[in-house]
Amino acid sequence: MKLAIKLAFKNLIGAGLRTWLNVIVLSFSFVIIIAARGILVGWDRQAKNDMTDWEIGGGQYWNVNYDPYDAFTLTDAHGTVPAEFQAEIEAGEMVPVLITQGTLFNEGRMQSVFIKGINPDQTLLELPTHKLDTLVEAIPAIIGSNMARTNKLELGDYVTIRWRDKNGTFDAADICITDIFTTNVPTVDVAQVWLPLEKLQTMMLMPGEATILTFGDQNIERADVENWKLMTFKALVSDMEEMIKTKSVGQSIFYGILLILALLAIFDTQVLSIFRRQKEIGTYVALGYTQREVVGLFTVEGAMHAILAAVVGAIYGIPLLVWLANKGISLGVSSSDFGFAIADTMYPVYSGALIIGTTILVLLATTIVSYWPSRKIAKMNPTEALRGKLQ
Amino acid sequence: MEDNLIIKTHDLTKRFPMGKSEFTALKGIDLSLDKGEFAGLIGPSGSGKTTLLNIVGSLDKPTEGEVIVLDQSIGNLTAKGAAKLRKEKIGFIFQSYNLLAVHTVYENVEFPLLLLKIPANERRKMVMDALEWVGLLDKIKSKPPQLSGGECQRVAIARAMVKKPSLVVADEPTANLDAANSHNILQTMAKLNEDLKTTFLFATHDEKVIGYLKRKIYLKDGKVDKDETV
Repeated sequence: MKLAIKLAFKNLIGAGLRTWLNVIVLSFSFVIIIAARGILVGWDRQAKNDMTDWEIGGGQYWNVNYDPYDAFTLTDAHGTVPAEFQAEIEAGEMVPVLITQGTLFNEGRMQSVFIKGINPDQTLLELPTHKLDTLVEAIPAIIGSNMARTNKLELGDYVTIRWRDKNGTFDAADICITDIFTTNVPTVDVAQVWLPLEKLQTMMLMPGEATILTFGDQNIERADVENWKLMTFKALVSDMEEMIKTKSVGQSIFYGILLILALLAIFDTQVLSIFRRQKEIGTYVALGYTQREVVGLFTVEGAMHAILAAVVGAIYGIPLLVWLANKGISLGVSSSDFGFAIADTMYPVYSGALIIGTTILVLLATTIVSYWPSRKIAKMNPTEALRGKLQ
Repeated sequence: MEDNLIIKTHDLTKRFPMGKSEFTALKGIDLSLDKGEFAGLIGPSGSGKTTLLNIVGSLDKPTEGEVIVLDQSIGNLTAKGAAKLRKEKIGFIFQSYNLLAVHTVYENVEFPLLLLKIPANERRKMVMDALEWVGLLDKIKSKPPQLSGGECQRVAIARAMVKKPSLVVADEPTANLDAANSHNILQTMAKLNEDLKTTFLFATHDEKVIGYLKRKIYLKDGKVDKDETV
């Protein structure tokens, strides 16, 4: 084996440009696969961090009637905050949020919105709720930058909202935009208006009630409480993980094609080698190699493309990937286009498992495509091979 | 087999398929070669000399008859057994040298010793000795494309001789060389035959080679036509 490796290396280096072309194409596969996977891992991590910080904390309790995908459930999706959570709420470890549907009237247009009540003193979520503590002539409200842009709202604007209270009675009031925050999490931004919790409870005639309760520590063992369903962190991010998985499949097809192209080049080289190097094969056999050993030598030669590609890929790939990880990749899309947390700039994350896994994948694939044509050697007649006759 | 007997064939027949029929290249050859012989198979193209050489070199098998080379029955050898015989006891010299182009002269000569897993120190000495025999010590770092035809063939001789084989088979070794280089090569081989008592078996129709042979085995239409010892 040692001799085969030594010989294979010599032969590869001796083949010159042909080897380097294959190696460079294969190294692209390495770098692109790792870069693409790194973006997905970075996206996943960033999205989870953003969602944790801005919306879901360490998990939530949902009122049993609450379904975020069905706005009509909001009429019934509220209940008194259970007494056992009071201590956590007072300690700032849990944040109740009351949610209702409403309509925003601005510049003669109507916009359906979710009106959400939250305690201005909370610090569990990144939302700048302290701005709800501003003294203004209307109800203080904070909105996200997407919401502001789509509704042409600016800081200090007054605008009318309409809602239906617990009894189904329509009511309306003016709100004053006291802060416009920027976030990567569209579910706290797009079509959302945040008001002080107590104010919304009063408006809705629902004192002491909430729709969801967000808690901070996901490691505490929790159970369902009467009328409140426990939504773990894992359950809350599952939709986003599914979406990333879908993106991952799409990307896999892209880099799969790239890998196939590189492997095709190696396959082609191997097939050509076997025809062009018949005399050499015959010589190996004459000198005492078995045909099986020659097959092994050619397979090692092919597989060595992947090793050289890993080295070449590392030479230009490591600085490139490190630069990307530090500078990030601007996606040129808004988070509101995706419907879940996505930053304008993505910072890829490259794990050891990703790098080792990719290297093994490419090495295995290269070895298989190298072995395949090499099997032909075993069927060669050595006396014909020595004369370089095409077989 | 007698101690001195290197090759013995009895009723050796070799047939090759040709379309639906068969072509008989060797027709019942009976031959024996002793240790230290400097012999040649002589004959025109198609007389069967290369076929006989390939069988003796364990690169091919007889269709019928018996071939014993260095106490091994070629017909009964497995592929692995034949490879072992070639690796340990037979050296090959080819018409077109068959050197490994990407390897240096030193590495080409070293190759058979690597297959034999000879330790590095011993290997180095053996390679240097072999290169000294053929007068190529000043070319150890050159690669075959940088050498002349005569030098290439001398590297091939060194490669064949480095492991001190019992038998060297040489197929038209001077066919690609000019007269001066041919004589040089042949003198080298004749000297090695004298010094090391290695048995040489040539396949040739080159008069220059024939002049050096101590035994001339003439083949005609797959049969031994004449067997002369000088």
